[in-house]
Amino acid sequence: MALEISMEGIEARARELGVDLSTVDLDSITLPAGEDFGIPSDDEDFLRDDDPMELEMGFANIVVVDNLPVVPPEKFEKLENVIRKIYSQIGAIKEGGLWMPVNPETKKTYGYCFVEYNTPQEAELAREKTNGYKLDKSHIFAVNMFDDFDKYMKVPDEWMPAEIKPYTPGENLQKWLADEKARDQFVIRAGTFTEVYWNDARQKMPELVFQKQYWTDSFIQWSPLGTYLATVHRQGSQVWGGDDKFERLMRFAHPQVKLIDFSPGEKYLVTYSSHEPSNPRDTHRVVLNIFDVRTGKVMRDFKGSADEFSASGNISVSGVSWPIFRWGGGKDDKYFARLGKNVISVYETETFSLLDKKSLKVENVVDFCWSPTDPIIALFVPELGGGNQPARVSLVQIPGKEELRQKNLFSVSDCKMYWQNSGEYLAVQVDRYTKTKKSTYTGFELFRIKERDIPIEVLELDNKNDKIIAFAWEPKGHRFAVIHGDGPKPDISFYSMRTANNISRVSKLTTLKSKQANALYWSPGGRFIVFAGLKGFNGQLEFYNVDELETMATGEHFMATDIMWDPTGRYLASAVTSVHEMENGFQIWSFSGKQLYKVSKDHFYQFLWRPRPPSLLTPEKEEEISKNLRKYSKKYEQEDQDAFNQLSEQERKRRKQLQEDWEGWVAKWKQLHEEERPYRMELRDGEASDDEEEYDTKEVEVEEVVDVHEEEVPFELDQE
Amino acid sequence: MRPILMKGHERPLTFLRYNRDGDLLFSCAKDHSPNVWFADNGDRLGTYRGHNGAVWSCDVSRDSTRLITGSADQTAKLWDVQTGRELFTFRFDAPARSVEFAIGDGLAVITTDNFMDNVPTAQVKRIAEDLDDQSEESLLVITGIKGRINRAVWGPLNRTIITAGEDATIRIWDTETGKCLKESDKEQGHQKTITSLSKSADWSHFLTGSLDKSAKLWDIRTLTLIKTYVTERPVNAVDISPLLDHVVIGGGQDAMNVTMTDRRAGKFEAKFFHKILQEEIGGVKGHFGPINALAFNPDGRSFSSGGEDGYVRLHHFDSDYFNIKI
Repeated sequence: MALEISMEGIEARARELGVDLSTVDLDSITLPAGEDFGIPSDDEDFLRDDDPMELEMGFANIVVVDNLPVVPPEKFEKLENVIRKIYSQIGAIKEGGLWMPVNPETKKTYGYCFVEYNTPQEAELAREKTNGYKLDKSHIFAVNMFDDFDKYMKVPDEWMPAEIKPYTPGENLQKWLADEKARDQFVIRAGTFTEVYWNDARQKMPELVFQKQYWTDSFIQWSPLGTYLATVHRQGSQVWGGDDKFERLMRFAHPQVKLIDFSPGEKYLVTYSSHEPSNPRDTHRVVLNIFDVRTGKVMRDFKGSADEFSASGNISVSGVSWPIFRWGGGKDDKYFARLGKNVISVYETETFSLLDKKSLKVENVVDFCWSPTDPIIALFVPELGGGNQPARVSLVQIPGKEELRQKNLFSVSDCKMYWQNSGEYLAVQVDRYTKTKKSTYTGFELFRIKERDIPIEVLELDNKNDKIIAFAWEPKGHRFAVIHGDGPKPDISFYSMRTANNISRVSKLTTLKSKQANALYWSPGGRFIVFAGLKGFNGQLEFYNVDELETMATGEHFMATDIMWDPTGRYLASAVTSVHEMENGFQIWSFSGKQLYKVSKDHFYQFLWRPRPPSLLTPEKEEEISKNLRKYSKKYEQEDQDAFNQLSEQERKRRKQLQEDWEGWVAKWKQLHEEERPYRMELRDGEASDDEEEYDTKEVEVEEVVDVHEEEVPFELDQE
Repeated sequence: MRPILMKGHERPLTFLRYNRDGDLLFSCAKDHSPNVWFADNGDRLGTYRGHNGAVWSCDVSRDSTRLITGSADQTAKLWDVQTGRELFTFRFDAPARSVEFAIGDGLAVITTDNFMDNVPTAQVKRIAEDLDDQSEESLLVITGIKGRINRAVWGPLNRTIITAGEDATIRIWDTETGKCLKESDKEQGHQKTITSLSKSADWSHFLTGSLDKSAKLWDIRTLTLIKTYVTERPVNAVDISPLLDHVVIGGGQDAMNVTMTDRRAGKFEAKFFHKILQEEIGGVKGHFGPINALAFNPDGRSFSSGGEDGYVRLHHFDSDYFNIKI
């Protein structure tokens, strides 16, 4: 390292060479182009060591084919044609990209050749497909990546004991949870900057924790429990965390990664990329990697054509339904599953292979989802054979793969499934055709998962023809809200899965008429909900208390595009992201709808609250706290009051200071103004008045003839 | 505060100016004829016909007898305020943009745009008391600025001229030598085109508005930055209240960026800020396009705004306005 060269060493060397160091201007020394004299640059270009983009310029797209027949010059062309035929099936060989060296003495080939493609992906594919290819009995291809040769050459011949690295204690990744003021963090991305802030509602402004320019190439994402912040780059993905400095914890190489997804327990990270084929008729090639977040190891990779990975297209993100792998079984990250043609492939994370070595066969399945807490899959099969075979929703237990419950549905046009977040209920929104098949109406099938035999209840809206605009379960609760209706002012209804005297009977709580809303946001703690009219509705917000069935407040964040509750349900953020140029920024509201503060940022792309892991308290303990809330809150109330007093005191001081500063300016100006008076008078030809009202008022009457107009007015005597 | 709507222009407004007594309001627009209005009730008194291009700005002499206007037709004209008669024409080889009379009304500073091969200039002309003595000759030509000069005004005692424009820099020039004395700090100063500049009543400080969505208050002698007012949209027009410690800032998104039908989308509001605390006090809505011109009545009891929508809106403040506590 450059820094390790001591000044004494330099001086000694200078004396040796007879150079007087004091006459040398060190800054004027420039190194010849392309030469660094072994001094590494200070600009640490991260991921340089395994930067595949750089390799693309090198030899990553070349494969070496070994075990070819050794042929004399007469047969050279024939062999070349055979090889060309085999390898051009996989991808376009670069012009002059096939090279078979010839021994200059014997004029025979060496028995190997090089094939160069346009992309490393094609080369990779060629290696996969043709390694072990039998040309004839005695010539079985051995295909390797050109770059791998280096790697294999470096393997020492003798076994060496692995070096055991000393244990270095890691950082406390949960430090942010121990904030003294119990604040929450959020990250924003605006312009080229990514910034993490504390939401300091007491001070009515955010407090910067960490800021970095060009932190990510495309987007950022928190892991589900908030431990990591993931950034996405051309070369792969990285996760950051720890104390307030957000050190890099791990990087996951995946060239041209487009999408990432954490498992719910944040043990694994799934990355996705899709590569354009060199032959435009081919489909895109898709690469998926599943990494272990802590070790950075690839646990399993999946490669294939884009078709294989987009068996159904419900939520389409750049051509694929993301996430392709859906994680199940709660926070243990035990299973993940993917929808295929007529199958659901369920993998388990112990061996990262298919559960029972085979996929779950379900003819024509189009959608499935996991229970958020239990290893149960809900799947939907549409109507078949023109209505002869009914559509069905079934619940399948994993790993047993036994069907827990099934429900057949008739004349179904579409179906959506909503799990309640503690896995107690499943609502299936079913759109059915009317008898004439000209229109559809909507109903709900409500499954009670935790009850015996999983009873199903059918719920229809009061007005069956209403369109469903939004549906949302109360987190950890038994209620749900539905926005329904036609036209610009839909209604919002609340239902409970319980009635007063029968806890397994659904009942309607209330319907609110004519609301300007198209989205529902329950507080993470339940009880409170915000109806938002986003986009077309200009950002109307209504804060509603579902326990009391009353509106707490209404607000507006003009043109808001996103609404996010903080993980504790204390605050709400509304943001205008960069879908258009105007009004970009965010506002923070209290849960009850009081606007706390507002920040404007140009080119505002993302706002994300840092998630919190679930509470470690037992339900009993939580119960006890909420019962004795007054006792606990006393301390915080005092702190709030102190902070408030301090704030107003500071504010008073600041204002006083500003006023005094200003008066200083004014006094100076007044003095200068006075000093300049004689000069000013001179400029005005001795006119005495400066700015005071010293001039005389003269009254002048001017009569001006504007227009003379002659008109004959008929005079009628009998007008009366 | 019910505004008086004054419809006298067919094209967007460009500039508004009260006379010293505050009884007359002069308005310039992209149509070719500046208007004069009664500042109290918004009645139109007359029109100055003669320009052949958009009129960018105007100034009225201290005794309200003469009006000077600068126009895109490459002329600046002197007018008789009362009769509307054209008195004299200064011809240039580029559009004239900013005009202002000096103390004593014996001099005027006129800026010309960078047009074809011409560099932008600020020129000082002598304004003769007797029209027969009037000449087109320039006493001083200031050059050396890159990008259009949007505003040039006189400093105290006519000793300096202050320019601001497209290069986001404010400069103070010596009127004797034509040399640049001071330049605004790159870090502290505006980051984008300065669109407007307005002086305080006593010429001790001035306010600039910029497309960087801020307005800044400067000391006129030392060019020290005193205050910054941040808004959410590009600033096209600014003025300082002569009565209270308030400033008014107007603007809005460029017409090309406004795709919304809702008039709130562009924020075409005149925003009031507390001059000292730099906090927003309130806003006056109404225009259907960006605000291009703002002016306080010299008595500080009314103000008018001119918009891209072609309207001038005259607002008399309610008594509440004078009791605002912050």
